[in-house]
Amino acid sequence: MILDSKSPIGPLAEKWTKHKFNSKLVNPANKRKYEVIVVGTGLAGASAAASLAELGYKVKAFCFQDSPRRAHSIAAQGGINAAKNYQNDGDSVFRLFYDTIKGGDYRSRESNVYRLAEVSVNIIDQCVAQGVPFAREYGGLLANRSFGGAQVSRTFYARGQTGQQLLLGAYSALSRQVANGKVKLYPRTEMMDVVTIDGHARGIVTRNLITGKIETHAAHAVLLCTGGYGNVFFLSTNAMGSNVTAAWRAHKKGAYFANPCYTQIHPTCIPVSGDHQSKLTLMSESLRNDGRVWVPKTVELAQKLRKGEIKPRDIKEEDRDYYLERKYPSFGNLVPRDVASRNAKDVCDEGRGVNETGQAVFLDFRDAINRDSEDAIRARYGNLFDMYQQITGENPYQTPMKIYPAVHYTMGGLWVDYNLSTTVPGLYSLGEANFSDHGANRLGASALMQGLADGYFVVPYTIGDYLAQIGPAPVDTNHPEFAKAEKGVKDAIQKLLSINGAKTVDHFHKALGHIMWEYCGMARNAEGLTKAKGMIQELRKEFWKDVKVLGANEELNQTLEKASRVADFLELGELMIDDALNRNESCGGHFRTESQTPEGEALRDDENYAYVAAWAFKGENTPEELNKEPLVFENVKLTQRSYK
Amino acid sequence: MKLTLKIWRQKNASDKGAFVTYPIDGISTDMSFLEMMDVLNEELAVKGEDPVHFDHDCREGICGMCSLYINGHPHGPKQTTTCQLHMRSFSDGDTITIEPWRAAAFPVVKDLVVDRGSFDRIIQAGGYVSVNTGGVPDANEIPIPKRIADEAFDSATCIGCGACVAACKNASAMLFTSAKISQLAMLPQGQVERMSRAEKMVAQMDAEGFGACTNTGACEAECPKGISLTNIARMNREYFSASVKSENV
Repeated sequence: MILDSKSPIGPLAEKWTKHKFNSKLVNPANKRKYEVIVVGTGLAGASAAASLAELGYKVKAFCFQDSPRRAHSIAAQGGINAAKNYQNDGDSVFRLFYDTIKGGDYRSRESNVYRLAEVSVNIIDQCVAQGVPFAREYGGLLANRSFGGAQVSRTFYARGQTGQQLLLGAYSALSRQVANGKVKLYPRTEMMDVVTIDGHARGIVTRNLITGKIETHAAHAVLLCTGGYGNVFFLSTNAMGSNVTAAWRAHKKGAYFANPCYTQIHPTCIPVSGDHQSKLTLMSESLRNDGRVWVPKTVELAQKLRKGEIKPRDIKEEDRDYYLERKYPSFGNLVPRDVASRNAKDVCDEGRGVNETGQAVFLDFRDAINRDSEDAIRARYGNLFDMYQQITGENPYQTPMKIYPAVHYTMGGLWVDYNLSTTVPGLYSLGEANFSDHGANRLGASALMQGLADGYFVVPYTIGDYLAQIGPAPVDTNHPEFAKAEKGVKDAIQKLLSINGAKTVDHFHKALGHIMWEYCGMARNAEGLTKAKGMIQELRKEFWKDVKVLGANEELNQTLEKASRVADFLELGELMIDDALNRNESCGGHFRTESQTPEGEALRDDENYAYVAAWAFKGENTPEELNKEPLVFENVKLTQRSYK
Repeated sequence: MKLTLKIWRQKNASDKGAFVTYPIDGISTDMSFLEMMDVLNEELAVKGEDPVHFDHDCREGICGMCSLYINGHPHGPKQTTTCQLHMRSFSDGDTITIEPWRAAAFPVVKDLVVDRGSFDRIIQAGGYVSVNTGGVPDANEIPIPKRIADEAFDSATCIGCGACVAACKNASAMLFTSAKISQLAMLPQGQVERMSRAEKMVAQMDAEGFGACTNTGACEAECPKGISLTNIARMNREYFSASVKSENV
């Protein structure tokens, strides 16, 4: 199938305006005749549900958490980008567009990214009007800070809790529509399948997580705002419940899955401390402004450290390797996320890693403290140091922090066109769940921007065009397709419950995570990927033979919830491997060891891989079909990134 | 570490529930409290027993999903969320009692999981500024003194976990409700609906069956985000002035 991005023709800066004008509208009196389902209540879902309800549509909003306010958008720390140019430092919509395209290593669609930059300014206005308490200057106007990958200060923030404040803003708008009777809320409800009729999305099947009841819901359109799939790695900075189930089941109903191998691995996380570890915690990137990254020069010293025979402070200056400063003298410790992560892996692979596990590097504030005083460092990073101490029990003012990269964000996701429509008409995907705006690497403070852009300012326009075309004839769940989908869901649950094997769900999830991290993590190659593919197939077979899921469907059953999600991760994992194998180039977060410069840096292959890889599901245990959307760059020049 | 866990088990909302004692061994001080619970649940699952159900999600102290009343304190002995509590806060041989939040307005769903939907309904009663998407003024057209913005932020930092209710002998939701009322009452954006907001949110809080406030300050002492009692004073002021001027008599 030819993938038509439906990007409007014409000059970049006029595309969105023209497109809005050319889109069909739904008459205000007719809007109440249309029903829209929104799955997920993070920034994208809550903002979309609220905005659509304000327009007059009848909305149903679903989330698996006990309240829409708990979606994982809430954990975002740093900030949100917007091309306001309040600082008068040369920012513009085009510059934000350019930085995002370049930061994504030239693997995203120009028209989408430009629109994102364009509406970014509206987002800040909207959030302020809602009462989001952004940081302010003494004059009462909004404050900004700078972030990685940009030379201007365009990041708006609310201390280290920007995601929380933005989500609570969207949640308040959503709550207002619930009170108005325009949105019906379904918390503790998981989407189990999409229902399609004549190729169009017409509803979903859900499981009530308290009662286990399987229900069907019909609508004129379905929006999946269900976040990323980082938990395929078991350990990540995602919330424990974050999962791929909604997106994956949509994929199996015909929605193409784009660039699944693009994952972002964040360099500064608290390292794994043992097998019991359930999740990883991010330490803000800002720490690299003052912290120096190092490991011992020799394997012998690293071993002594690990055994506790010597302390980090015992290691003399000449025995330390500040490897980022050594290899990248001009950017030093502030190289981009993907470069910092890969280098940490390299030194640990050489056996020079620290921590009991050997999987960590030092982030040392000794020199900064000597230079600026402990109080100055406390003023800058006090809350982060406290958090670190709480988790590790070590005092980072006295001994260097230990950090290691961890899975943080997934740039891949459901393929969408310019309207955010998947390849299934009537099925939309917003926020991290889609693939659209970040290419092969996301810049800091851009995830919040994209989630809210999609929900507040894009989908409310684009969905009208579709709805106006299909007309407001009522849809209901009596169609046989609903019964069929419902039966499929019930059968799958029964199958899980009937296996009664010997191994726990977490056993399989951890095993999968281990394979993914080892072979499809920071560095990938054909040999490893091929091996991993076989291992995942074996693991999946074993899962369906030997998993132990206790209890029944008709109750709150957290093991069953997990099992159902892990079953989907076991399938997605293989597609990620296929995608990583296919993309024999390095770009952004995807590093193929076969494709590097003589200095060991990522080497893109624009001639052969300047496309979006969109995979079509062809049936159980059948290879997926690769479809390509060529990426055409009319407004930026493709260059090799260098940080030497 | 070797520990004895006394955990509240309750099959569902209509079950009576009881404490069940579980010995557990091999707990490392680096584990978070919830990871210790994971270890217990893996052991139970292997034995074929129903795992202990508890709420949790982000495990970084911000989503407000985790709860647990540990040794008589919501979120345990430290002023933090349960997910940020680590086992080094306990000693080898300790007995740890783990219960759900106890409040009429937070009915138990199963084991340690409770229904906090009442909090959502309090927000739905008025915890917002009534602006639609689009058509709002430029962000810098609403200047806000830094001190006010910072204070509003302090109130807005509430994570809605319900520890304040669990800590209160009256199961009062005054700290939660007042934090939202305060945030919006301090900001210029919240002025238009200031009076009706206070009235409606307080009315909803009462309708949900939360208790009254007797100023013991337990909520503030146990709040993982340090939400201050000042918010309650501010809410009372808002509510009083709203009832004097109310058009809803």
